[in-house]
Amino acid sequence: MAYKLDVRGLSCPEPVINTKRALTEHGDPLVVLADSYVAAENIKRLVSSLGYQAATEEDNGEFTITITK
Amino acid sequence: MERRKIIIAGAVLGCLGVLLVHFGNPVNMGICVACFIRDIAGGLGFHRAAPVQYIRPEILGFILGSFLIALINGEFRPRGGSSPLIRFFMGAALMIGALVFLGCPLRMVLRLAAGDLNALVGLGGFIFGIFIGIQFLKKGFSLGRSQKQPVANGLAMPTLALALLALVIIAPAFIHFSVSGPAASHVPVLIGLGAGLLVGVVIQRTRLCQAGCFRDLMLIRDPHLLYGTIAIFMSALVMNIAFKYFKLGFIGQPVAHTEHLWNFIGLAVVGLAATLLGGCPLRQVIMAGEGDTDAGMVFLGMLAGAAVAHNFGLAASGDGVPVAGKIGVLIAALFLITVGFAFSVPAQLSKKGGTTLGV
Repeated sequence: MAYKLDVRGLSCPEPVINTKRALTEHGDPLVVLADSYVAAENIKRLVSSLGYQAATEEDNGEFTITITK
Repeated sequence: MERRKIIIAGAVLGCLGVLLVHFGNPVNMGICVACFIRDIAGGLGFHRAAPVQYIRPEILGFILGSFLIALINGEFRPRGGSSPLIRFFMGAALMIGALVFLGCPLRMVLRLAAGDLNALVGLGGFIFGIFIGIQFLKKGFSLGRSQKQPVANGLAMPTLALALLALVIIAPAFIHFSVSGPAASHVPVLIGLGAGLLVGVVIQRTRLCQAGCFRDLMLIRDPHLLYGTIAIFMSALVMNIAFKYFKLGFIGQPVAHTEHLWNFIGLAVVGLAATLLGGCPLRQVIMAGEGDTDAGMVFLGMLAGAAVAHNFGLAASGDGVPVAGKIGVLIAALFLITVGFAFSVPAQLSKKGGTTLGV
């Protein structure tokens, strides 16, 4: 079971803060829903710096980022 | 690869910041988002400070360049509804801080690269303001979610930019252009517009942000954006030395004052506002071009803040900060801190629709 985090519509850097907090509280796998390129890029950079893997699917400007160790 | 892109973006910005001085903009003010929006407010007659009235085509280029490249890359997304009215007032507060310091965070870097040590004091204040903003973010600060909006909303700011461009080219009698003072120094319209378009494209693609660089470093130990700021500084430093604009010291710096406390507080207000808003003034203008109507509200707030700053005598000058400016910037700080507390909701994560699902 993966925790699902919705960061759609949030300003910088809230998507990154919430992703980091969700990883701390719930661990992986974590599924993050984002709706901006900036948020998706920032989350992927954070995830990689924390030593996790991120698989991103884009559908019409909406991103589903699955984060695993 | 990403690092190389952000360094190139910073270098482009730093070089343009000095080249635009060479082609006619005020010294140490090749690009300044706050100063240029203040000039636009004056150009439109929103304030009557005769030395700072001109419709700066660079700003229009930022919006249009960002709009065009976002459109081409499928990143143009009309959105809004994240506390727009509060963002308007925060934009005004940010502008009051910037006009007490005399510059946006980008001009701070350009001033520093020209040897103006007052900007170093400002940098300290800017980082302090960002630090305060981060404390609110850690407490769960959020201005709320934006929503997708109909396309016309996202076209409003680029259309406004086109209308302002028409005004600067046609120069009708009801538009005010300074005949002396900082705004009388400006590059030809096509050069300003071209440089603005280039900056708009580069910043939209790389997300370079003066507030984000220190915020990310402090908050998540990510130096990515900081490479861009360092590149702006280094390239502008080299260019300033090459063009003989470099002059180290506190005294006699162009469009600057030496009141350290108020340089610190002015940019602390900017740092706090930019952190709570999610980006520095330049990023706000770029996001406004991408279709972010909340950032468009910040732009309009900055325009209004500039009018207030000059109509009520808050803005600093080379002579220093007037008493009204000291009071005004403290009110701006108080307002931003109040917003920080009002929109900080502890344990907000659980309220943001987190659910468990099978994957």
